[in-house]
Amino acid sequence: MTLFAEAIAWIFSPERLLGGNPVSQRIGEHLRYTLIALAVSALIAVPVGYLIGHSGKGREVAVSLAGAARALPSLGLLTILTLVFGIGQAPVAATVVFVVLGVPSVLAGAYAGIEAVDRNVVDAARAMGMTEWQILVRVEAPLGLPLLIGGLRSAALQILATAVLAAYVGLGGLGIYIQRGIALRTYDEMLGGAILIVALALVVDAVFALLERLAVPAGVSGRTKRPSPFRRRALTPATAIEGAG
Amino acid sequence: MIEFRSVTKRFPDGTSAVSNLDLVIPAHQTTVLVGSSGCGKTTILRMINRMVDATSGTIEIDGDDVATLEPVRLRRRIGYVMQNTGLLPHRRVLENIVTVPRLNGMPKAEATELGLRLMDTVGLDRGLARRYPSQLSGGQQQRVGVARGLAVDPNILLMDEPFGAVDPIVRAELQTELMRLQVTLGKTVVFVTHDIDEAFLLGDQVVILQQHAVVAQRGTPGEILAHPASGFVSDFIGAERGKRALRIVETNGSRVVVDADGRPAGVLVDGKNGS
Repeated sequence: MTLFAEAIAWIFSPERLLGGNPVSQRIGEHLRYTLIALAVSALIAVPVGYLIGHSGKGREVAVSLAGAARALPSLGLLTILTLVFGIGQAPVAATVVFVVLGVPSVLAGAYAGIEAVDRNVVDAARAMGMTEWQILVRVEAPLGLPLLIGGLRSAALQILATAVLAAYVGLGGLGIYIQRGIALRTYDEMLGGAILIVALALVVDAVFALLERLAVPAGVSGRTKRPSPFRRRALTPATAIEGAG
Repeated sequence: MIEFRSVTKRFPDGTSAVSNLDLVIPAHQTTVLVGSSGCGKTTILRMINRMVDATSGTIEIDGDDVATLEPVRLRRRIGYVMQNTGLLPHRRVLENIVTVPRLNGMPKAEATELGLRLMDTVGLDRGLARRYPSQLSGGQQQRVGVARGLAVDPNILLMDEPFGAVDPIVRAELQTELMRLQVTLGKTVVFVTHDIDEAFLLGDQVVILQQHAVVAQRGTPGEILAHPASGFVSDFIGAERGKRALRIVETNGSRVVVDADGRPAGVLVDGKNGS
């Protein structure tokens, strides 16, 4: 327990808050890498996932590629890419590694979201005369949004956890404390860094959990975004009888 | 008028849903396609708005071959009502009803006015306009489905077992409502059901289908009841059973009509006021 106490003390030491290697700056870097990689992952994976989900084609290929991407060891990939791109391009190499990590989850969320939409609803939309694009944008995308955000959520967490590696190629982030801690055998710093990463992950997870809830369209599974006077009316016996016709 | 000329539909897996169908569906009448599940009746319906494309043969609407028409534009001028309503769960009742007019660029205010009028037409309280489909009863949802089908004032209304998923009392209400609507609207309605009673109730013309959408008999309910064309038809309509096989029994000088089980169905009166 003393180690934990020391780690906490390390986090709240004046040096961490104001010194030359402040926590705020490292959290900023860490979040920046995560968000950039998440955005790039989404730019790649959402269109592809929507295409797969809407057409029902290419799912096997996507699943196996995503599985392969997940299996790539991130540290090894980072090392190779940094050597290939040159040390000056380390940010690019790191982003590529994090994107490789993020794409499979976002992809799965995107196509699973589309596939989960009631086929009857899609069929009716088509029979009414919606174009394929209108079906995707007005029906499938909004109804599949919660699952897409679920995919972004797990991608964000994986990237956040792996962004520790940025420190290994001199890019900072919260990993710098762990890396320094290992090198200098300063366990309070190492554990303090780890605690910060866990805390950041929990915060990010909570934010996405909230987004996921907000993304459930009003009218779906009995929930409405805003409390509606109509909904309360629907529950009274009088309107239930009147409504039976 | 909708005309099928030697239409065949084979699905990619080799099953043949419709083979060599010739059928005329007259305008401004209700034609009911009736048959057991898997007989291809829904496939026939869906070929009219090109949700399914025929493998061979032609389907014409007022002389235009549907194969030459652009599917999206074709579908936007044909109303479609389906069994599980297919309402958009994330859109309110009113938005659901005017989906197609809005896609066609109708201004919002005008669409709202139209939607509310359609709610009146199908007997829905305007107070339900801002609810979501999940907040309605099955019967109400189906009325929304009908209102949506009527939204572009189509000449043709396709109805695929629209009342199949509601309870018998609500179904009877919806059937009555549809007949009332049809008197004023005079649409070309193509209605699919597996319920022969529903077919006889709603159909000006009834088409009884066997497997692979072979027409077993086509005619008015009266013609079919009076002269079933085959054993299949008389079996399907239950001509020799239950409440259809009525006979007259003399009791104390008055004539009582009884069904196959001997239960009285009514008395026979002089035919003048009958219809």
